[in-house]
Amino acid sequence: MRPFLLEQFGNASSIHQEGQHARSAVEQARASVARLLGCRPAEIVFTGGGTESDNLAVFGSVRPGDHVITSAVEHHAVLHAVERLGERGVEVEFLPVNGDGVVAAEDVRRALRPNTRLISVMMANNETGVLQPVEEIGRIAGEAGVRFHVDAVQAAGKLGINVDSIGCHLLSISGHKMHGPQGTGALFVRRGTRLEPLSAGGAHERQRRAGTENVAGIVGLGQAAECVMRSGTQERMRGLRDRLELGLLQHAGGVNGGGAPRVANTSNVWFDGVDGEALVIALDLKGLAVSSGAACSSGASEPSHVLQAMGLSPDRARSSLRFSLHRQTTEEEIDRAIELVSSQVARLRELSAVTR
Amino acid sequence: MTIAVAMSGGVDSSTVAAMLKREGHDLVGLTMQLWNQRRLAGKDGMPEQVQGRCCSIDDVYDARRVAEMLSIPYYVVNHQERFERDVIRPFVDEYLSGRTPIPCSLCNNHLKFDQLLLTARQIGAERIATGHYARNEYDSQRGRWILKRPADAGKDQTYFLFGLTQEQLARTLFPLGGFTKPEVRELATGYGLALANKPDSQEICFIPGGDYKRFIDAYLEEQGETVPDTAGELVSAGGLPRGRHEGVHNFTVGQRKGLGLASPSPLYVISIDRDRKRVTIGAEQELMRDALRAQRLNWISIARLEDEMRARVKIRHRHEPAWATLRPIGADEVEVRFDEAVRAVTPGQAAVFYAGDEVIGGGWIA
Repeated sequence: MRPFLLEQFGNASSIHQEGQHARSAVEQARASVARLLGCRPAEIVFTGGGTESDNLAVFGSVRPGDHVITSAVEHHAVLHAVERLGERGVEVEFLPVNGDGVVAAEDVRRALRPNTRLISVMMANNETGVLQPVEEIGRIAGEAGVRFHVDAVQAAGKLGINVDSIGCHLLSISGHKMHGPQGTGALFVRRGTRLEPLSAGGAHERQRRAGTENVAGIVGLGQAAECVMRSGTQERMRGLRDRLELGLLQHAGGVNGGGAPRVANTSNVWFDGVDGEALVIALDLKGLAVSSGAACSSGASEPSHVLQAMGLSPDRARSSLRFSLHRQTTEEEIDRAIELVSSQVARLRELSAVTR
Repeated sequence: MTIAVAMSGGVDSSTVAAMLKREGHDLVGLTMQLWNQRRLAGKDGMPEQVQGRCCSIDDVYDARRVAEMLSIPYYVVNHQERFERDVIRPFVDEYLSGRTPIPCSLCNNHLKFDQLLLTARQIGAERIATGHYARNEYDSQRGRWILKRPADAGKDQTYFLFGLTQEQLARTLFPLGGFTKPEVRELATGYGLALANKPDSQEICFIPGGDYKRFIDAYLEEQGETVPDTAGELVSAGGLPRGRHEGVHNFTVGQRKGLGLASPSPLYVISIDRDRKRVTIGAEQELMRDALRAQRLNWISIARLEDEMRARVKIRHRHEPAWATLRPIGADEVEVRFDEAVRAVTPGQAAVFYAGDEVIGGGWIA
């Protein structure tokens, strides 16, 4: 990325040689991302992140009068986009999930209508890590001839992704979720899939995303894709995650979504009787960064729509924390985290017993 | 010892944070997200645009910038449910029952000095500091925490703080108690705070524009409730019908405007009878009362009122305390008999009892 931030400022859409140099770097990154997803480079559209990819997939596919099927546990980038379509005369359907947060593929089939234009279901949930049966849904979509979008933002970098075995037409990824730069993302658009661009103004990205390319960011995203392909399996991270959960479960009520297949890096743990927002802050002050729910515009946390859709009580949702691991997480860090969480949870429980 | 500073994004609490930082304390900045201004925006005559009000994104931005400048950890905590339950709902219900609530006192009692203190302790802070203009100190002779009026009499906020318990006073710092507002602005300038000249907040924080009637309508509409029909008669003190009104929540004792009556001499709301949907109106002298009863008491400088006691009593925020005799009635009620009659005793407001600068305690006017 560095040369494109400090020395080389060629516009990738320009005719001159500086521009051509930037163009070649962008196309190299495109090839890397395409290999990561098992598609052709021409099917990759670079965006400003996962949210934009999701928005482009949803808004770019649907017109008034259409019907859209999605799930209740999608990321807000899909959920709020679909809600907005609902306000604009599109028929929308939010499929429920089971207690572990999994959508039933058969529910998708049952929800199909003659005017169903788009099915959008995520690959891995960002709060629980729970995996959805996207390949099964892909088959159903294929049989019905309906467009299928997969939000794979949370899955990319942690799971192998192949757009053909999923059978999707659109698939979103984000750079920073796989150690790439923030503010970068990509949307896979299967050849022959017509998409209305969100922005007007230029013919960039095959007329799908007007605007000068973020060359440095795109190069970084390409590098992140290369790293992911080199780094192999997630078994080490899974082992650490299991170690963390085993340690935390002595003080916790349970793992939300723990009964379903999950990506290796995410763990959503319920600490009964503990105010999750206070616990997040107490841990942060001790140097452990975790999260609870979703952040609202002011930065305060709001009760998680994902946990509530799983049928968990608002109290349980408020008492749940999300732990995320990454490639460099060590066993020592896991053990320190267990110790820290245990002591803070014990302190909070003691305090609430005193002040109640 | 870690201190949690309640930061609103205003001059006062920002100055508190800067002052305590200078003194070398370990600080955490907290802002309470209490109400979503957007919830009722544009509904039924409520302003479309909400700006510069408490809990707005702008104020959180200001608080965050101050915390960054001071290099202190800063968090926004979500206490919207508690605020709605303990402040908004009672506020609406009080007006609908013909009383005039004080949301700031409810917020102090339930949010700032209860929920926020709890949050502070949960995150490992032993004390909270706020930008209130008040003083507190421990009196070892009496073995009690005392709440006192601040140096700046014009900014005195003790009227809104009468509900503080001994435990809450013991865990609270009011660093601005010894300063006047102009001095605080000077301090803020000296600390390099960019918001040193930010205007004071005036109205009720969750009612942009200050029109509480529209707020009540919009809130009930949002809740799927209808405003109860309390329309009825305007009557004179003798019970003579003088006109009609559209609901008791439109009135406050002492109110002159908005009666919809033509009269040669000014008319005021004298009393409100929710059950009979009657609003009594009359001349200003009819507003004078020589006694009131206060309930749901909280005592600060004394453990409880055993016998009659002389005190100066304040019956609304902008009221010069008047001499009176307090007499206990049962466990949780006091009769206040004024030396000279006071104007517009308003049910729902607080009666706060003072001995010099000290707050003896207070209660809610029945």
